[in-house]
Formats: sequence, structure tokens, C-alpha cells
Amino acid sequence: MDPLSTLWETFFDWDAMREALPEMLTVGLPNTLILAVSAALLGSVLGLLLAVAGISRSRWLRWPARVYTDVFRGLPAAATILLIGVGLAPLGMQVWGPDPYPLGILALSLIAAAYIGEIFRSGIQSVEAAQLEGARALGFSWSEAMRMVIIPQGIRRVLPAWVNQLIALIKDSSLVYFLGLVASQRELFRIGQDYAATTGNESALLLAGLCYLALTVPLTHAVNWIDRRLRHGRPATAPIDEDEDDDTASALSGATEGDRR
Amino acid sequence: MTASTTTSVSLDVRDVHLAFGPNRVLRGVDLTVPRGATACVIGPSGSGKSTLLRTINRLIEPDRGDVLLDGRSVLRDDPDALRQRVGMVFQQFNLFPHMSVLRNVTLALRRLRKLGEDEAEAVARAQLELVGLAGKADARPAQLSGGQQQRVAIARALALRPEVMLFDEATSALDPELVKGVLGVMADLAAGGMTMVVVTHEMGFARQVADTVAFMDRGVVLEAGPPEAIFERAEHPRLQRFLAQVL
Repeated sequence: MDPLSTLWETFFDWDAMREALPEMLTVGLPNTLILAVSAALLGSVLGLLLAVAGISRSRWLRWPARVYTDVFRGLPAAATILLIGVGLAPLGMQVWGPDPYPLGILALSLIAAAYIGEIFRSGIQSVEAAQLEGARALGFSWSEAMRMVIIPQGIRRVLPAWVNQLIALIKDSSLVYFLGLVASQRELFRIGQDYAATTGNESALLLAGLCYLALTVPLTHAVNWIDRRLRHGRPATAPIDEDEDDDTASALSGATEGDRR
Repeated sequence: MTASTTTSVSLDVRDVHLAFGPNRVLRGVDLTVPRGATACVIGPSGSGKSTLLRTINRLIEPDRGDVLLDGRSVLRDDPDALRQRVGMVFQQFNLFPHMSVLRNVTLALRRLRKLGEDEAEAVARAQLELVGLAGKADARPAQLSGGQQQRVAIARALALRPEVMLFDEATSALDPELVKGVLGVMADLAAGGMTMVVVTHEMGFARQVADTVAFMDRGVVLEAGPPEAIFERAEHPRLQRFLAQVL
């Protein structure tokens, strides 16, 4: 048997895929979405708190945020998920029983928060100090100015980097299988792997991969579209941001001038 | 200009000192602006003019000295409440680019003055009308010229009915043909009885509109007086040299 056809049969066995597909869509996809979406929400909220703590004038906020970020960014995701999932299992048992899911979501959120915090912080710090001064001069307190003026602008500037992190989160959600899930809790990757293990054919794993792409690729393009809208405003009514129009325009014209020379 | 100016108060800056580390930016500044008067502050770059303005609304806290509104020291007041009484306009406008022109003006009315949406909008539209920009309420700041943006910034400050207005080189970032419109709004405001401190390089404006001109150099007011005295009969050699360069 030549290598090419072996490859074909190992990964592109349509019957194996068809067999795995229903469970992939009814069990794997919802579970992956539950894990990724809840961790994305929790991780983004926590990340925003870390970002604000990270630029705080108080070292008692800045320092813990720094240490947290270093630790959770520095550990392998698999290690963190195991440490949290196993380490906090007794506590989890008391609060919500033997279900490892909440701990999995918690671990994913804590990891995502470390990265998202750094992304948000860089965005917030890129907003000109004059914006803060303008808001303070109107009589807004520091926290009001941050909430209404600085943070909204800062986060809009880092949407693409934030999406990167959400994509990583969708993929990392497969790691919760370390925590020993029951059949109905298996996410995409685990279902693919189980089929592969029982049939000896990897096609179900490839199908899982396609499902991940079906999630991540549209997400990227959706947010890129939102990002463009935020930069250039809506065609007619346009109640959104255009703060970087000038920068973009001048950067572009600068580039074309450079080309001409 | 409008009823908004009838509540203006007098301003006194007394012996204000400020140092950033070893750099003594303000070294005992005095400035008196009677109710409804306009003081123009002129002087070379780095003389402390902009810093002086920021100590008046306490964006920067002075190390020493006092700031009085209507004869009463404001240094112990809540700084956020003080800044609602003192409007400020910046060289770079500092409009919020992620909001429409209208929302730039209504934001503080709604969040700080607790006006309802309709009421805040009515106040904002009236204020935009006064600076000639009623038609731009729904635009974004980036869609406006620099001169229009600065007039929005003035409307935004005036909407809060300030008792004193501070202008920090409000026309320095504008193209020459846009300067006039902004200076016109400021002159109207002065004529309407607003108490104003105007840091400016526009000597024509200082000459025509100011009641007092103060020349600052290296953190002190070297000479102050009515415009004729400053521009025609300058006493201090440093002021004479400065005027020779800018006039």
C-alpha cells in the first residue's frame, strides 16, 4: 500500500467521520462552546481588573497583578488546569459536587485573564494622557474617567489581539479532559480522540479539527469586521469610534510617499 | 454670550509655587482676575504658563500658595467639584474620539449634573448652536476641522456653566485660517462677562480682548498690567525682548 493512500485512509475516512459527526455536533460542540464562552467572559472581566490594577498608582494593586500575570502566563496551560482541577477538587466537591466542569472553566479563565490583562493594559496605556486630562478637567473622578473615556478607547485598539486570545482559549478548552469528564461532558477534541482510539482511524480527530476551524475562522473575521467598523464608523449614523483614522491615514500616506521616493 | 456667563466669579492666584523634582516650574506666581475680566498670560515656552492654568483647577496641586474663587480658597475643596466650576480648553482639544460631538457635550451633564437625557441634549444643542456647530451634533470629532473641534471643546466646557474659563493655547494647534473663528468665540465669551484666563501666543487677541496681560518668564509673572501698558510701555527688558520677537 503506498503512503499516500494510507494517509488518505487514516485521515479522510468519510464513513468514520459520518459516524462521529452526530456526537461531535450534539455533545462536543456545545461543550466546547460552554467552556470557551464562559471562560472568555470570566477571563475578560478578570483581565480588565488585572489591567486596571496593573496601571494603578498603588503598588498594593500593581504588584499582585504583576505576580499573578507572571505566574499564570508562565505555567503550561495543562499544568494549571491539572493543578486547579485536582488541587481545588475537594473544595469544589463541597460547593457543587463531583462535577469537574466548573473547575475546568475556572482554570481556563484564570489562564486567559493573565494574557487578556496584558492585552487590555497595553491598549489602555496607549490612550493619550490628554484624554484623561480632558475628562478630569470636566470634573470626572479618576475612576469615572477611566470607565467612560480611557478604557473604552483602549480596548477598541486591541480587539485583534483579544481575539487571538479567545482563539487560544477555544483550543485550550480541549485540555479539560485531563480532569476526567463523563461521556456527556466531552468536548470536541475528546470525542474525536475517543473515536480514533476505538476505531484506530484518525478521521474523527480531523473532523474535530475542522470543527475548531469552523469556530475560530469566522470569529476572526467577525471581529476584524467590527474592528474596521470601529475605526471608520458606520456608513450613515456612525455612533462609534474613529480615533485612529488620522493615525491610519497619515501612516498610509507616509508609506505611499516612502514608496514613491 | 449667554446666561451661562452671569455666574462668573473673581479669581486670585497668590504666591503659587510648584516644583517637579529639582525643576522649579512656578516660583511664586500672583494673578488677580476680577469677576468678568479676561487675563491673558503671555511668555516664552517653558515659562510655566500652562502649568499655572493647571494649578488653578488643580489638575496639578501647587506645592505652596493659594487659589481663590470669589475670595474663598479652593485648595481644600473636592477637586472634582472645583473642576465643574472651572472650565478648561486645551491646545489639542481633548475631545473624546469614540463619542459623537453631542455626546461629548452631554456626557458630563448627564453623569455629573445628573440631567435627564432630553434635558442634557437640549442644553448641549443650545451650546453647540452658540459656537455655530448645531449641524455637527451627530458627527465624530475626527470628521471636524481643528477649529470646529476646538469650538466643540469650548461648548463642552460652557455647557457645565462654569464660573471661570481657562484657555491653554487654544489656537496654537490650528491652521491659521481656523484661528479666527475660535478667537471670535472667545472674544464673545469675554464680552459676555465670563472670567477668563487665556494663555496665548495671539498678541492681537491679548491686545484687543484682555483687561490684564501678564508676562511670565521662568516661573514668575515679571510684569502685568493693562494691554496698552504691556505692549506700548513695557518696562522689563526681558518683556521688551520677548515682544520684539513676537510682534
